Amino acid sequence: MDKVQNNKAWFLVLPVLLLVAFSAVIPLMTVVNYSVQDTFGNNVFFWEGLTWFQEVLTSKQVHAALGRQLMFSAIILAIQIPLGIAVALCMPKRGVWASVCLVLMALPLLIPWNVVGTIWQILGRTDIGLLGYVLDQLGISWNYSRNALHAWIIVVVMDVWHWTSLVALLAYAGLQSIPQAYYQAARIDQASRWKVFRYIELPKMAGVLLIAILLRFMDSFMIYTEPFVVTGGGPGTATSFLSIDLVKLALGQFDLGPAAAFSIMYFLVILLVCWVFYTVMTNLDKAEGR
Amino acid sequence: MAQITLDNLAHSYLPKPKGEEDYALKQLDHVWNDGEAYALLGASGCGKSTLLNIISGLLVPSRGRILFGDRDVTRADTVARNIAQVFQFPVVYDTMSVGDNLSFPLRNRGMDAAYIAARVQKVARMIGVEDMLGRKARGLTADAKQKISLGRGMVREDVNAILFDEPLTVIDPHMKWELRTQLKALHNEFGHTMIYVTHDQTEALTFADKVVVMNDGRVVQLGTPEELFDRPEHTFVGYFIGSPGMNLIDAEVSGNTADCAGHAVPLGGSYKALRGRVQIGVRPEFVTLASGEEGLPVTIRRIEDVGRHQIMRAEFAGRPLNAILPEGMSVPAGANRLKFVPERVNVYVDDWRVSPLHSVSTPAQEAV
Repeated sequence: MDKVQNNKAWFLVLPVLLLVAFSAVIPLMTVVNYSVQDTFGNNVFFWEGLTWFQEVLTSKQVHAALGRQLMFSAIILAIQIPLGIAVALCMPKRGVWASVCLVLMALPLLIPWNVVGTIWQILGRTDIGLLGYVLDQLGISWNYSRNALHAWIIVVVMDVWHWTSLVALLAYAGLQSIPQAYYQAARIDQASRWKVFRYIELPKMAGVLLIAILLRFMDSFMIYTEPFVVTGGGPGTATSFLSIDLVKLALGQFDLGPAAAFSIMYFLVILLVCWVFYTVMTNLDKAEGR
Repeated sequence: MAQITLDNLAHSYLPKPKGEEDYALKQLDHVWNDGEAYALLGASGCGKSTLLNIISGLLVPSRGRILFGDRDVTRADTVARNIAQVFQFPVVYDTMSVGDNLSFPLRNRGMDAAYIAARVQKVARMIGVEDMLGRKARGLTADAKQKISLGRGMVREDVNAILFDEPLTVIDPHMKWELRTQLKALHNEFGHTMIYVTHDQTEALTFADKVVVMNDGRVVQLGTPEELFDRPEHTFVGYFIGSPGMNLIDAEVSGNTADCAGHAVPLGGSYKALRGRVQIGVRPEFVTLASGEEGLPVTIRRIEDVGRHQIMRAEFAGRPLNAILPEGMSVPAGANRLKFVPERVNVYVDDWRVSPLHSVSTPAQEAV
């Protein structure tokens, strides 16, 4: 059949265009709009150009928050990825216990963020929380609302508790896809346990691990609810990560211009990281398929 | 290298096997000679993989012993048995180079670097991967990966046996020939005991010195390809080997004549009175067309031209009966009878072959 040119067909994509416009483009443009203007109320706006961007980029407060944020993401990745792999390696491969493990592992993932925050907020308290009480009784002067290190520890441990299962489940799926023949061949080749991990398990898990790293990085980079519930960003600004700072700026101080500029750059950073990961992953796929 | 003895071996996957039908592998007593190439041939689920896993040490048999030379290895693990195995699907270490893949078993055993390098070169030349030793194994074709797996099995000189578990399943047909020829050459050069599991009779017959035909957990015959062709010990061997397989016709045998639904068929020897289900078996290669009163009256269904010869599909007393006719021969009008070469007719009682009272010398294979 010959193809007929008919420009009316464009009307068919109109619903999608409208939907995307309302769900993404218009909200984003509102933010862009705020980011280049200033207001003193009464809906009167003044053109400010790139002033807010400059202000955010040179702000010591933002630099410090970005530093804390990167540090947090680095720490949780450094703990969760190896720990998740280790847990996956220890999980039974089949049978009833495999199912039991899977269900138990999936539980933390199903708990809403603010509930997780509340659980750990209470758990860490010295008066009514089990963890805080035990530490206190052991003679450790534990106080996560005063001591910055303690605040970091509880936020990191909470995130590890909440999200290591995700890494473990992904790694477990990767391990399960390895045919038994590989292990038999390795035994016949007299490969040590380490070499089995290094040359069979790790390469076969590489794909899912990359996805795990991407997911965990993005999530930890955008983390808000849990530290907000547990520490409120404190003590001082010790656990104020980017999104906590952003909310303070936008809703606390109502600095719409700087907050909008901040949001846009935050968004661009995440987009950039996504793009880098995507490129790496597709290259890896290509290398695999070659 | 070692002679492999299967002593009174049997295996069941059930913890407490009751009857014989619970055994995936029924009683086996065999001695496999050092340096020979064996093929385990049988349909899926006949127990050949079970037997292979027992030999490789992945399974401990429920009963009996397995000996390598004089050493009882029934409970020894794969490593202690010092065997090599090539699996159905290529197993290569993706992140290593081809050369590192080949040298891996030697490096793990702490061999001398100069020896490893020489050995890898030699094996690489044998399997034809010299030009890609430095390349990463990831992304190679299935053929190339399976070649590397073969090479890794071959690289150790001192292995007791090399086991192949349907190694050519994922290989393109035109490559199968090449790899099989290479395997045969490798066997001739290195003289390892080789055990090759397959369900493909061509693979088994071209590769092996001795073919072990298995059916339903039992070894029904162990013999050279010629023996399997000339004197199938079991109707399964007759019908499984050959293309098409052996014709089997219910008959009553008395003396040197078989009576098939009222038609007399001459046999190559005399038989004593037989009890049970008696059948005669004759390969389509030894069936010829005839007309007149001699032979079995058949209905000819169709003729298939397969190039080198033609296969005639006929029917006798409601059962299929096949004959192989020479290339280019046309069926003369009125030809509706089939005759058998008497010396080539085997007699079976309850599926097992019985020998004639006085043995008849097998004629040279003129019609193959």
